[in-house]
Amino acid sequence: MSETALGIAQSIRDGAVKAEAIVERTLAGIARINPQVNAFTAVTADRARAEARAVDKARAAGQSLPPLAGVPYAVKNLFDVTGLATLAGSKVHASHAPAKADAKLVTRMKDAGAVLVGTLNMDEFAYGFTTENTHYGPTRNPHDPERIAGGSSGGSGAAAAARLVPITLASDTNGSIRVPASLCGVWGLKPTYGRLSRSGSFPFVASLDHLGPIAADLRDLAAAYDALQGEDANDPACAQRAPEPVSDSLDGDLEDVRIARLGGWFEANLTADAKAAVDIACKALHVTKTVTWAEAALGRAAAFIIGASEGGNLHLEDLKLRRGDMEPLSRDRFLAGALVPAAWYVQAQRIRALYREAVRSHFANTDVFIAAATPCAATPIGTEWLDLESGRVPLRPSMGLLTQPISCIGLPVVAAPILRSGSLPIGVQVIAAPWREDLCFRVAAALSARGVAASPLPALHA
Amino acid sequence: MANKKVPAYVDAACALQGLTLKGEERDRVILQFERLAEIAAPMLAVPIEPDDEPAPVFEP
Repeated sequence: MSETALGIAQSIRDGAVKAEAIVERTLAGIARINPQVNAFTAVTADRARAEARAVDKARAAGQSLPPLAGVPYAVKNLFDVTGLATLAGSKVHASHAPAKADAKLVTRMKDAGAVLVGTLNMDEFAYGFTTENTHYGPTRNPHDPERIAGGSSGGSGAAAAARLVPITLASDTNGSIRVPASLCGVWGLKPTYGRLSRSGSFPFVASLDHLGPIAADLRDLAAAYDALQGEDANDPACAQRAPEPVSDSLDGDLEDVRIARLGGWFEANLTADAKAAVDIACKALHVTKTVTWAEAALGRAAAFIIGASEGGNLHLEDLKLRRGDMEPLSRDRFLAGALVPAAWYVQAQRIRALYREAVRSHFANTDVFIAAATPCAATPIGTEWLDLESGRVPLRPSMGLLTQPISCIGLPVVAAPILRSGSLPIGVQVIAAPWREDLCFRVAAALSARGVAASPLPALHA
Repeated sequence: MANKKVPAYVDAACALQGLTLKGEERDRVILQFERLAEIAAPMLAVPIEPDDEPAPVFEP
């Protein structure tokens, strides 16, 4: 299926197709294509059919349908889904009791009429950028199945890229939406920290955890985001803010938007492929100014230490009692994180405050910053090392070099898939000041309108 | 770059938290902790003021 979410919803509203037919087509597509990408860890066929039937019944009764009525979607398997154990990519949680209720954002999607068709693969406990999951198998990149899909929301990126569903939900602590969006060639939104409720999702690093949507179409991304917004007292970090919809900010007009390219850290940690993607985006946006955030490396370090420490602490009991059942690719990092001295952790939180103030001053002269989303395109599964201009680094923790300094201070980002003929996808980050997702979307829409950003259709469909 | 203080610290911190590491696993965790120490070092060297308080609120 390569239709957009909004196209499907319109067809259902017009009576041109039934939601039940869409769901059957979607389930058949998953059965045919998912074995090539391994994006899904569960398919919720019964629930999907029941939700689709409810949409068709509502239409037959003459009720007006909500914006995403009948639109199939799937969620990273750290979202609670009634009746399923919330795996968070782990074997340890497979024996947990099934969730008694849906996560808040799943409820919001249901309220918008969307139809849940399943849950998606991820790095165990979200600690990774590759979705090379030893328990459930690696998720494969739809553009080259020998390569990673990125992570930790690899299933969410691959399912959207492979057009298995038009919208997926994911989480991003240090880059876990933006990295798979970049490597799979789809649009991803990491909203401002505190914008979307995290209640009913399995945490990783409470100080840095965000949730957001991924989609192959930018308008679908905006529609999903608009459906997901709203306060929630059950997430202590969720801001008391009314929804600020962005779906009407996609006309591509940029007259009053000041845009700059991020230099320094963001140019030093790149391959030629990623630099080319940034060049294309900046040329299309007529960006001539480069700005360096001198503190970005410190921000990255702070995010890394906070992530390691909070993540290690969260899984301390598992590390003591069930270590043998934990992911071999991340368990040593969890162990090391659990040993971080309090002085390092507190210093990291204070550095974060200092860095946030420094970046705030940059927003006085610039509204939107552009940087690559990943240092490189998708690497072959099993790759251990990455060679950058700055030197050789271990690949698995380093795919987030460019995303960590941004989420460290909660800035909103749209990851935009840049088109480069004959090359694997790479995305750029469109970064705005806190609570200005509207600017991220306006610039993303301009990239789309100017023909340089779009989600390429993978060859799986040939 | 191996930090000579790390192995003793890892052993002590594990003992305090009730974690038992042996052999190759201990070596791997020491390596990971050395990576963390290397990443943390520049950040730990930054002088900060008493009013640089951690705050998770992100108003522009």
